Amino acid sequence: MADDGGLAGDKPVLVRFESVAKHFGALIAVDALSLDIGRGEFFALLGPSGCGKTTLLRMLAGFETPSAGRILLDGEDISSVPPHRRPVNMMFQSYALFPHLNVEKNVGFGLRQENMPRAEIAERVEAMLALVRLSGYGKRRIDQLSGGQRQRVALARALIKQPRVLLLDEPLAALDKKLRAETQFELMELQRKLGTTFVIVTHDQEEAMIVADRIAVMERGRLMQVAKPAEIYERPNSRWVADFIGEVTLIEGRMAGAGALETALGRLRIAAEAAAPGATVWLALRPEKLRMSRERPAGEVNALAGTVFEIGYRGDISIYKVRLADGSPMKVSLANTGAGGAPLFSSDDRVWLSWPPEAGVVLTR
Amino acid sequence: MSIESKPSPRPASPADAPLKGRDKKRDWASRLVVLLPYLWLVLFFLVPFAIVFKISLSQTVMAQPPYLPVFDLAAGWQGVTNFVAQLSLDTYTLIGSDDLYLLSYLKSLQVAAVSTAILLLIGYPLAYGIARSPRGLQPLLVMLVVLPFWTSFLIRIYAWINILQRDGLLNDVLVTLHIVDKPPAWLSSDTAIYIGVIYSYLPFMVLPLYAVLEKMDQALLEAAADLGCTRVAAFWRVTLPLSWPGVAAGALLCFIPIVGEFVIPDLLGGSESLMIGQTLWTEFFSNRDWPVASAIAVALLGLLLVPILLYERLQRRALAGEN
Repeated sequence: MADDGGLAGDKPVLVRFESVAKHFGALIAVDALSLDIGRGEFFALLGPSGCGKTTLLRMLAGFETPSAGRILLDGEDISSVPPHRRPVNMMFQSYALFPHLNVEKNVGFGLRQENMPRAEIAERVEAMLALVRLSGYGKRRIDQLSGGQRQRVALARALIKQPRVLLLDEPLAALDKKLRAETQFELMELQRKLGTTFVIVTHDQEEAMIVADRIAVMERGRLMQVAKPAEIYERPNSRWVADFIGEVTLIEGRMAGAGALETALGRLRIAAEAAAPGATVWLALRPEKLRMSRERPAGEVNALAGTVFEIGYRGDISIYKVRLADGSPMKVSLANTGAGGAPLFSSDDRVWLSWPPEAGVVLTR
Repeated sequence: MSIESKPSPRPASPADAPLKGRDKKRDWASRLVVLLPYLWLVLFFLVPFAIVFKISLSQTVMAQPPYLPVFDLAAGWQGVTNFVAQLSLDTYTLIGSDDLYLLSYLKSLQVAAVSTAILLLIGYPLAYGIARSPRGLQPLLVMLVVLPFWTSFLIRIYAWINILQRDGLLNDVLVTLHIVDKPPAWLSSDTAIYIGVIYSYLPFMVLPLYAVLEKMDQALLEAAADLGCTRVAAFWRVTLPLSWPGVAAGALLCFIPIVGEFVIPDLLGGSESLMIGQTLWTEFFSNRDWPVASAIAVALLGLLLVPILLYERLQRRALAGEN
């Protein structure tokens, strides 16, 4: 059963993958995967390279045909519809802009293929260029544009046919960090303005969290978790997801009943019963949920002593690695609120780590 | 005025001195590298061309060398003026007035144009097929295209004589398959010239086309399909326009040498109409009329300059496009 993370009730299903599989010879790129994407959603397919996310997107575009299963668009099976007849457009990772055409011919390419009158094409191209803030660039050659401008031409070209779904294959991977951050917000704004369903493929978890309404985390052709960004971060359903999204420390233990966990570090309190007593589980702790102090904190149920052995300074925060009594490391992040923005602790400091029971997530797999 | 804005002279440190010397040496070396092609062109193109051009302005005589005037160094300045006074445009008047030469030119242009068109029609699908075949197979296919070069050109043309003669291989096959009743004469005809030319020049058409088609980004075709193009439409709107540089290079690489082709029409063609290369050969070796032969060569070069310059411009534009 697909865990679709609660497709919002006001968003009817637009795209449905039904047990879709794709094999390349012996390689299983996508493995019997079922997934619903709602109308008007900004949906992200997230996973490490080779996890099958791009293959899934290419099957939706029509460049690959599923080895098994069906793909429905608005209830209609499009599995065998060739790409040129799908009401779906794609923005390519390399942008794939036509080097022999100028900006306006690139943007108007899809409309020309529909034999739309020239005057109307010109009008629509103009409006689209204005939308992506490229007015006046129509006559430029592609090789005269910067990376960011090319990215927007590619976006305009994919949007001009008013697709039912816009597919974005690593759309921002070629941009530098600052431009990428700006463009992420532009993409969100554009999606809200147009109301078009966006499906983005990315390996950048931060990007997926920022832009998407919902994220599907993929690994080895399967869905690991489908949920809203905050839910994926705060309540990952497995060690794999917890580890893939953000930083985490995992502590193995055995359920001891009554909200307690027996671990190598001693008895730890947890918020709720997550498994039967005696079962092996893992406590996932995010670095920013932990407190760090020089004295043993009074009144905290979970407190562990350790020694700081590594500090990663990031400007706004510092990430401390603390060696615990049993030798295992734990990550803690703290804002740099010391005098002059200095990190609060230094290497070899003896510290206490503490957290309330509800700060950790108990994972059973 | 701030101190920073003043251009400060670079302090001369002792470490600079040997470095400068090395820079200078490298400078000379790089200049020499740039100069070499020009030197080559001057020595092996400009000088020979000047000699040919000079001969084309001379008169033919029964002598050694078989033309007048001959540069007389011993006569000094008088010799130079004498020499210049004897030069004339007679040969050009002759090749302009006799139909034989004009017809030869036209024949050559016709053979070159038709052959180039047919070469494009055969070469493009061939190059396209190679460029779209599996990566691992491509080097082998390219090698097969180039393979005929490993045999002497002359031997391959002689082989065509064997194939095309009345009791040759082609007629054997045609008669055996009952396609024709009586074996037709292929040899000594324009058809034979076309067969020989197209066979010989196909690699020159295929290789530049393959080069552009092979490096074309496949994502462009996917983008075209995504935007509503069928495979055929994507070919016309994306592949073909992007392969223009290859088409131009292949066409000129074939057209220019075919115009001056001598061996193929001489061995496979008939005697009723000559290509310009044959006419030139006849003037030079049979008539021993060096001035007229030279004039034909100069005129031919003038004629070919147009497509060469056109190609030059196309290439420069392609280079500008890449930057």
